[in-house]
Amino acid sequence: MSAILFFIAAIGVIAGAIGVVTLSNPFYAVLSLVGHLLSLAVLFLLLRAEFVAAAQVVVYAGAVMVLYVFVVAYVGDEQQSLRSTLARRSRSRGADGRRPTGVLFAGALLVELLIALLGSGLKAVEGSGAPYAPGSRTFGTPAYIGNLLLTRFLLVFEVTSLLLLIAAVGGVVLARRRGGLDESVDIDYAPLAIPRPLGTGTMAEAVEGPSLAYAHAGVAEAGSPTESEHDGSGGGW
Amino acid sequence: MSIAWYLSVSAIIFCIGAVGVLMRPNPLVILLCLELMLNGANLALIAFSRMWGNGDGQIFAIVVMTVAACEVCIGLGMIVAIHRRRLPIDVDELRELQG
Repeated sequence: MSAILFFIAAIGVIAGAIGVVTLSNPFYAVLSLVGHLLSLAVLFLLLRAEFVAAAQVVVYAGAVMVLYVFVVAYVGDEQQSLRSTLARRSRSRGADGRRPTGVLFAGALLVELLIALLGSGLKAVEGSGAPYAPGSRTFGTPAYIGNLLLTRFLLVFEVTSLLLLIAAVGGVVLARRRGGLDESVDIDYAPLAIPRPLGTGTMAEAVEGPSLAYAHAGVAEAGSPTESEHDGSGGGW
Repeated sequence: MSIAWYLSVSAIIFCIGAVGVLMRPNPLVILLCLELMLNGANLALIAFSRMWGNGDGQIFAIVVMTVAACEVCIGLGMIVAIHRRRLPIDVDELRELQG
């Protein structure tokens, strides 16, 4: 049973990873990575890492991927047209000579890693792990992880929280809008020329009566002896 | 399943991520492929943790996940800043620091 589940999850993991690398649309690449992460959480469960699997689904497949989808939706539309024009230009600069070299180096790395892992001859790698007895506080449960985090790895825990704070501040500083507000927004007002709504008991209304004040409000002639409320040339009352 | 199978899968994921980092010109996809490489390392850590019945590897994996989340935060902030300045979102074009 666990072998069948392992192979299904492993195929999902590898297919998701290949999808991330090969799909040309970044949005589909993100969705492929979500599938990859969910399959990886199944592998974590098979390795008895229950808390890490739950954190993987919640933190990665939930929060981080939502952030990716937002940024792809913000940036991505111009991406496609840009790519088609830039593909030709970058090809002339030797970028396509770099691509097969990259595949070659990664293939060499894979062969090397597999030789190191499978040809090591270690007995423990061939076994299926340490003995495990299910329980509420055994290996991998939230209680076990929380106990470790708050006793033996307390310094790591605190440093990680500081790192998260720095990353949040850095994200805000990097992505903020520079140069303040647009200059056309700033309107100069004379000290007494604050626009006032009608019918709020201003001096002009008291002298001329509310009907006259309403009549002058929109006209605002230059030589008029009466002060209308919105023109703000004198405000001498 | 023996631990070696999990380690093989983690090596394969790591190398697929390395291919993506080396090949794709889009920094968004490069960040995604970095996530793949970190996930391969996480799988290896958890497999070794299971091998010894010791929780230290799982703590390490959680810290790696946190660092990856921070890296995504900074990286996506930089991509948004690049997009705001109307620069091309392409690592072959962004070569001012290349000397």
